[in-house]
Amino acid sequence: MNDLATYNFAYLDEQTKRMIRRAILKAIAIPGYQVPFASREMPMPYGWGTGGVQVTASILGPKDVLKVIDQGADDTTNAVSIRAFFQKVANVAVTTRTKEATIIQTRHRIPEEKLTEGQILVYQVPIPEPLRFLEPRETETRKMHALEEYGLMHVKLYEDIARNGHIATTYAYPVKVEGRYVMDPSPTPKFDNPKMHMSEALQLFGAGREKRIYAVPPYTDVVSLDFDDHPFEIQSFDKPCALCGAEDVYLDEVILDDKGGRMFVCSDTDHCEDRRACGHAGHMLAHQEAAE
Amino acid sequence: MASQSQIYAGAFADPVFAAQSVFRCLMDGFARPGTIKHLETTGTPPAPLSVAAGAVALTLCDHDTPIWLTSALGKSAVPQWISFHTGASATVSKTDARFAFIEKGAAFPGFDQFSLGTQEYPDRSTTLVIEVEALTGGQVLTAKGPGIKGETEIAVKGLPDVFLEFWTSNRAIFPRGVDLVLTAGDRLVCLPRTTRLSLKEA
Repeated sequence: MNDLATYNFAYLDEQTKRMIRRAILKAIAIPGYQVPFASREMPMPYGWGTGGVQVTASILGPKDVLKVIDQGADDTTNAVSIRAFFQKVANVAVTTRTKEATIIQTRHRIPEEKLTEGQILVYQVPIPEPLRFLEPRETETRKMHALEEYGLMHVKLYEDIARNGHIATTYAYPVKVEGRYVMDPSPTPKFDNPKMHMSEALQLFGAGREKRIYAVPPYTDVVSLDFDDHPFEIQSFDKPCALCGAEDVYLDEVILDDKGGRMFVCSDTDHCEDRRACGHAGHMLAHQEAAE
Repeated sequence: MASQSQIYAGAFADPVFAAQSVFRCLMDGFARPGTIKHLETTGTPPAPLSVAAGAVALTLCDHDTPIWLTSALGKSAVPQWISFHTGASATVSKTDARFAFIEKGAAFPGFDQFSLGTQEYPDRSTTLVIEVEALTGGQVLTAKGPGIKGETEIAVKGLPDVFLEFWTSNRAIFPRGVDLVLTAGDRLVCLPRTTRLSLKEA
């Protein structure tokens, strides 16, 4: 033991946790509505997931097992540093395995593995207001939510079709929650939108810089906005993952050389490792093993 | 005058972890309306506040949250106990209250007398903590809505007959409305404003 002063469990002071906890309960009671909260300065800059970190810190307990992902990966800078942060300030058990986690903090992906009742997904959100790029005034967007006036969002999607022949929005694709609030699912690829619908897990969203918390309870309708003649579609990929051969998963493009060489691999690293451990192999994994 | 020991004793033995575990019960309760949550760690609030209602106060109230108490609770040691342990002060105005506590069998003000939030800020509504006789064994109500897979049943005992009417009109003004925590002993059931209740058809 050393004599250095220690932080309160999970870094935040108790008054801050209470304030955030009250906001979380109201957010759950009004699915998709953005509850303002007094976001604190965290020992990391805005934009690095301070909203998600504050939500996680307020719900985290000593029995939890925490997983942190950044674009699906457990081993990128943002994920590694947030995981290390909670190990340090809360001494909490951490994992990279989706199945074992009770709380999963995520930046811009939903794990491929189906989440279950005992799990909570915490999103880091940069811009919580789906209407913000259409209407910069908070007073106006608030009124639009109050009046359920979402015509502008449909105009935006329509203009996508007019310009590109299809809805060109591929991430942060707006959804309607429980038939009432239009919500920004955070910049997840639209590939993940269907996973939010009727999810067994509670989903919490924290936006630190913009000072908003919102939530989607389990078993809640989450519908991606679309038109009858241009229905919502998720991305599809021509090839399976180059390492594990998975189809129907979200793939990242990795540039291999300056001669146009590239590969597509699972964005969800845990899912990919899991599959490889089970003996699935993509064409480049076999290639790699032969070379060794 | 309440005795001093009633006021100064009875908070959480381990405030940080007790508040966390009670909060998780509340969060899970609101995320899955109708499920009965058993609080593992509680304090010992003065009568007539129940153990679970006291735990909710210790977990969520502070100087930012004016609380409204029924007249019976107001005359007991409860306001001083809450104020000493959380910093929250009692208010006589129902619309100013962020939390309202109602003891077992007390007369029930209409939900619309409390703060319902506004259309712009529906989160600024009162959360009512109501002590009931029991969370099971009462009239069976069917519950539907977010957090409920298909439908579920709740059978809270000791709610007044007007409850269903109050709740239906509370649901009708969504997104505004109050949220409920029903407590009995060391157990609680949460009802967010999204839950639709109806009499179970025989």
